[in-house]
Amino acid sequence: MKRQKQKQLLGIAALIIAAAIWQFVAEYVVGRSFILPSVTDVAVAFVNLLASGTLLIDIGVSFKHFGIGILAAIFLGVPVGILMGWFRVADSLLDPIIEILRPIPPLAWIPFAIIWFGLTAAAAGFVIFVGAFFPILTATYTAFRSVPKIYVEAGKVLGCDTSFELIRHVALPSAIPSIASGIRISMGVGWMCLVAAEMFGVSRNGLGYQLWHNYYLHQMPEVVVYMLILGFAGLIIDHIFRHYVDQRLLRWHEGEVAS
Amino acid sequence: MSGVIVENLSKAFPKEDGDVIWALKDINLEIRDEEFVCLVGPSGCGKTTLLRIIAGLESPTTGRVIVDGNVVTGPDPRRGMVFQEYSLFPWQKVIDNIAFGLEMRGVGKEERRKIGERYLEMVGLSQFRDAYPYELSGGMRQRVAIARALANDPDVLLMDEPFGALDAQTRNRMQGELLSIWEQTKKTILFVTHSVDEAVYLSDRIVVLTPRPGSVREIVEIPWPRPRDRTSIEFADVRRKVLRMIEDTENSR
Repeated sequence: MKRQKQKQLLGIAALIIAAAIWQFVAEYVVGRSFILPSVTDVAVAFVNLLASGTLLIDIGVSFKHFGIGILAAIFLGVPVGILMGWFRVADSLLDPIIEILRPIPPLAWIPFAIIWFGLTAAAAGFVIFVGAFFPILTATYTAFRSVPKIYVEAGKVLGCDTSFELIRHVALPSAIPSIASGIRISMGVGWMCLVAAEMFGVSRNGLGYQLWHNYYLHQMPEVVVYMLILGFAGLIIDHIFRHYVDQRLLRWHEGEVAS
Repeated sequence: MSGVIVENLSKAFPKEDGDVIWALKDINLEIRDEEFVCLVGPSGCGKTTLLRIIAGLESPTTGRVIVDGNVVTGPDPRRGMVFQEYSLFPWQKVIDNIAFGLEMRGVGKEERRKIGERYLEMVGLSQFRDAYPYELSGGMRQRVAIARALANDPDVLLMDEPFGALDAQTRNRMQGELLSIWEQTKKTILFVTHSVDEAVYLSDRIVVLTPRPGSVREIVEIPWPRPRDRTSIEFADVRRKVLRMIEDTENSR
C-alpha cells in the first residue's frame, strides 16, 4: 500500500518536473509559441476551447466516428473470423480475398470512403472500420483454430450435435480472451485511423479535423490541446475496455494463465 | 437394458506413405447392463481408441458397436464420457459445467441447476458449486467431470483413465467413491486403465487386450463382493495373473 502511494507521488512529481522544463524551454530557449507553445499557452487555449463548447462537440463527434467503425468491425470481423476458423471451405474461399485486402493501409481507403459516403460520420467510421476489422478477424480466426480438441470432444459427448451449438457453447467462450485482445488492438489502430480520417477531410468535425484546422490557422497551442486530448481519450478507452473485460468476461481466465 | 455389444470391430489409421496401421483387429465384446468392465493392456494397445469408438468420437474401419439396440454412428449424450485430461470448461462455474448437457437438451435453468446440485452432492462437492475449475484440485476436477457425465443420465459411462493423473492416495479414494456412485446410479461402466490394481479393485470383468493390433486376449471374471481388500491373497493372485498376461502379450510381439 505504501509502495503504491510512493509510486504515485513519484509519478506526479515527474509530470510536474517535465511540465516545468517544458515551460522553461518554451519561454526562454525557443521563445516562439508557434514553434513550441508553453504550458500556460496550452492551458489558456484549453480553457477557451472548453468555454466555447466546441471541444465537447468535437469529442462527441470523434467518439461517434470511432463507435461506428469499431462496432462495424466487431459485428463483421468476429463472424467472418468464426466462419474462417471453423469451416475449412470458408477459409479456402475467403483467405485469398482477405490476404489481398489486408495489406492495403486503411488510410488508402479515404478517397472511396468520401465517394461512397460523402462527408458523413459513416465515411469516417468506414476508415476506422477498415483499420479495426483485420486485427479482430485475425484474433478470432486464430482463437478458433486453437480451440483445445478436448473441449470440442467434451461438447460433442455432452450433446452439442451441430456446428452451431459447438461454436456457440464451446468454441466461442474458449476464444473470448483472444477475441477481446484482438478488439483491444483494433481499438488502438482505429483511434489512429480516426485522427487521419478526420484530418484528411472525411469529416468537418472531430478532434482530428480540429487539429488540422487549427494548424492551418497557425494556432499551435490549440493543436497541442487536441493532441493531448487525443492521447488521453485513447488511454481512457483502453482502460475502460480492459477493466470491463477483465471484470466481466474473463474472471475465469485469470486463474488459467501464468501472471 | 443398456448393454454394449462390440461386433468384429477393427480400426486402421492411415500412415503418411499411404499404408495403414491396424490399431484394433476383430474385437468382439459383450458388456451386460449395469456391469463394470475394465479394459487393460500394454500401452499402445488401442484401449483408448476402442473407448473412443464406442463413444462415437471415432468411427470403426470395419464392424460396429451396438448400445441399447442402436448402432453407434456418432457421439451421443446417452453415452457419457470422462476423459483422462481435464476437460471441464474453464469459463463455466462448476454447477454450470455439470448442467451443460442439460442445457444442450433444452432443460430450463431452474430445473437443470436442481439436477446439477443433486450430482454435485453425489460427488461431495456441494461447497464448490460456484467455483471455477481452476480453483479445484485434480481429483475434484475429475469428480466434477463424472458428475457432468452423470447429469445427462446416460445408459453407459465411458471412462478413459480418469484417475491417471492423480496421486496414489487420491486415486484410491476416487475408486471407492466411483464404486459407491455406480451402486447408486446402476450405470453400465466401461473403464480404461493402465493400472491392473485399479482394474482388479473395480471391475466385474477385466478385458485384457494384446498390443498392435489390439484384440481381446482374455477376459478375467472377478466375482467377489465389494469393497475389496487390496492386500488379500486372492487379490494379489489375480493381479499377478493379469500382469503376467499383459507382459506375455508384450513379449510375444
